[in-house]
Amino acid sequence: MEPPKGRGKLAQRDARFAWFMLLPTVIIVSLVVILPLFAIVWISVKPIDLGDLRPTTLVIRENVRTGGEVYEVEYRVRNSSQEAPIADAGFTDIIPSEIELLELPENCSLSQGSNLDCDFGDIEGGFRERFRIPATITGSPDVAEDLAEESQPRVRGDADSVLTNTEFTFDNFMKLFDQKEFITVLWTTLFYTFFGTVGALVFGLFAALLLNTSFRGQGILRGFFLFPYVAPVIAVAFTWINLLDPFSGSINTLIVQMGLTEEAINFFGQRPLALIMVTLFEVWRYFPLSFLFILARMQAIDFDMYEAADMDGASPFQKFWYLSIPQLLGILSILFLLRFIWTFNKFDDIFLLTGGNAGTRTLTVNVYEQAFGISNIGAGAAVAVIIMLFLLLFSLFFFRFISQEEGL
Amino acid sequence: MKRLYYGYITGPIIGIFWTLVVSTSVSILMAFATGGAFLPTLWGSILSGLLLGLLTVRFQRHLIIIPAAFMLAIILPFVGLGPLAYGDSIPLSMQGLSSLLFSIGTGWALVKYLTDCPWGNLTRHEFEECFIRFLTGSGLVFFTAIVLIPFYVMVMTSLKSQQALLLNPLDFSLEFEKGWGLLRSYFELFNDFNFGTYMITSFIVSITTVVITLLFSVPGAYAIARFRFAGQGALSRSILLIYMVPMIVLALPIYVVFSTTGLRNTIIGIILIYPVTTIPVALYMLQGYFRGLPTEVEEAGLMDGLSRLVVIWKITLPLSLPALASVSLYVFMIAWNEFLLAFMLLDDPKIFTLTRGVAMLNSSEIPRQHLMAGAVVSTVPIITIFMALERFMTRGLTAGSVKG
Repeated sequence: MEPPKGRGKLAQRDARFAWFMLLPTVIIVSLVVILPLFAIVWISVKPIDLGDLRPTTLVIRENVRTGGEVYEVEYRVRNSSQEAPIADAGFTDIIPSEIELLELPENCSLSQGSNLDCDFGDIEGGFRERFRIPATITGSPDVAEDLAEESQPRVRGDADSVLTNTEFTFDNFMKLFDQKEFITVLWTTLFYTFFGTVGALVFGLFAALLLNTSFRGQGILRGFFLFPYVAPVIAVAFTWINLLDPFSGSINTLIVQMGLTEEAINFFGQRPLALIMVTLFEVWRYFPLSFLFILARMQAIDFDMYEAADMDGASPFQKFWYLSIPQLLGILSILFLLRFIWTFNKFDDIFLLTGGNAGTRTLTVNVYEQAFGISNIGAGAAVAVIIMLFLLLFSLFFFRFISQEEGL
Repeated sequence: MKRLYYGYITGPIIGIFWTLVVSTSVSILMAFATGGAFLPTLWGSILSGLLLGLLTVRFQRHLIIIPAAFMLAIILPFVGLGPLAYGDSIPLSMQGLSSLLFSIGTGWALVKYLTDCPWGNLTRHEFEECFIRFLTGSGLVFFTAIVLIPFYVMVMTSLKSQQALLLNPLDFSLEFEKGWGLLRSYFELFNDFNFGTYMITSFIVSITTVVITLLFSVPGAYAIARFRFAGQGALSRSILLIYMVPMIVLALPIYVVFSTTGLRNTIIGIILIYPVTTIPVALYMLQGYFRGLPTEVEEAGLMDGLSRLVVIWKITLPLSLPALASVSLYVFMIAWNEFLLAFMLLDDPKIFTLTRGVAMLNSSEIPRQHLMAGAVVSTVPIITIFMALERFMTRGLTAGSVKG
């Protein structure tokens, strides 16, 4: 008899069931991850400011003015955008019965005695007009005024939203590459990422070596060593700022007192010290992760090997160099790759410590700076796209490596 | 190197370096505790270290070395070569205390480091053993200091008054006579700045995030781990890939969409968006765990006629409770500590989360002890949970914290 070929019924049913279980997750993740990624590419080729997020409309203000016997109903109308035109713009308003309009402007009409309708046709960006309609008021003027202003005029008009139209531009990217600053930002990012990653790995390795022997209090110390990572970034970042403050920081007082420097040092305010400090913060905050991984790997190393080495008369340093390090190379390289990517992505830390000032602006901080600092969402998105390209590159490398390395 | 392999050379070298470590640590410790001027001296420490190293190699007894160190610490200053120097206003009692700390720190540790390190010839083994013990000791001091000092300063600053801090930023001695007044910043945070509400909001948001994350990721992770289907490889790779997308890149379009749909500045918006950032992590962690569970148990259940869903509910989930605990804790930590989205999406002080509330305190008009008190308030719950459930937490960290 032939062995069965293809996929059996059971396999098919399982596959269907698998997709059924996965579908909600796939849908929600693609909704909130994949779509925004498309959105960011889309926005990056749009000439768009933070202000453009609100759709372009007619903005109107109504006012009842008293001028002796004759009253005036005043409408001030303007286009919310300075550039974008609005087609078929106009508004309607309900005039309370206490007010009688005397003469209507040409473009307005009154229907059913109370529905005022004014039409402006197609208006340009920056359009602004004020017109007054003389009126008489029966009864108390104050009441009539309130009534008139209570009924909000309703505006209409078709405006093209920059977000949805088909106007594209590469200006965002061109401007970005034109800036000399961009090269600096790239170098800053690379410095921060490389030294932050390596520093965290080296510190993690040392910390793991220290705690790989058992002694009293080892468990507690291990807990302490993880504090920097577990505590909220905002809490530790502000503590660092507080600690290193040039005027009232404890560290500055301490080093001046010890005679290490004459004057207080502005750690987060001067180049290139600020960049070194944020990198140190990164090392301090993330060495616990490498520490945890490396410690776990160390404890899994077969003890027999060390006993054999002892028999052969290997010294402690030799055992570390020739036995431990080769055993740890795998986890070290995986950690390096992953941490490299994650440090590259890091935003909160630098944003909180320096806000990207004093030569600490990395690519991620630049996204925020462009989009919200100078209100140019398009340029921010362009930087984000560049980040994504870098990450694509990294992850290609990562997947090639990880399939060889297995693990994780 | 070979020339170092003599006890009378190794001993003094380790003695000198270790004494420098100890005198610096004692100075910093005393300065941070009292605010006074305590200084380590270079030549004084070298001299004491040299003598102590020689003595330790010669005698190897705590009872001799510790008193000797104490004598050195109080006698040497008279010839201007004390290991520690003091500012003018330091009272004798404090000088005595630091000398005592110095002598215990040097004497006790040096004897430990230099056991099996005889006066004369050393083997390479003996030399390296001593040296490694010394390095380990210095390392422990260094790491403990860099980890704990910031947290110490965070807590102590929150208990001081602005005036006292400006007068001497190093003086963290507590004025116990103020009684409850010590906690003034905390009372003000909870009474005037709504931190009670923020804390509740943060708890609600974090727990909801955990629940939603588990609801989505448990079935998803199970499917990826157990079934073979078309697109499986691509899917599990894209999880890792999505896991690598930086938050700031997503935050920008999310900000745009939320602004236009009115979800910005609402708790609902936050609760919608947090789980999406954690689901990929949870998927990744859980599928790893499910792969490790033996399939035989589940197959036995299937053979007995249970349906897949019942098998998951009755067999797989109970078996993976520890993993679920780890994942929950890890997700809770991410949600609790999340800052960027809360900062960008929330403007209304009524619905702030704790991290957003702390960010609000960072203003020149609000005194620093309030900011630090806010930092403590946001740190204490998560650290407490971490300490209480450390086993699960560290497992969660190792399984998922390739992200950070």
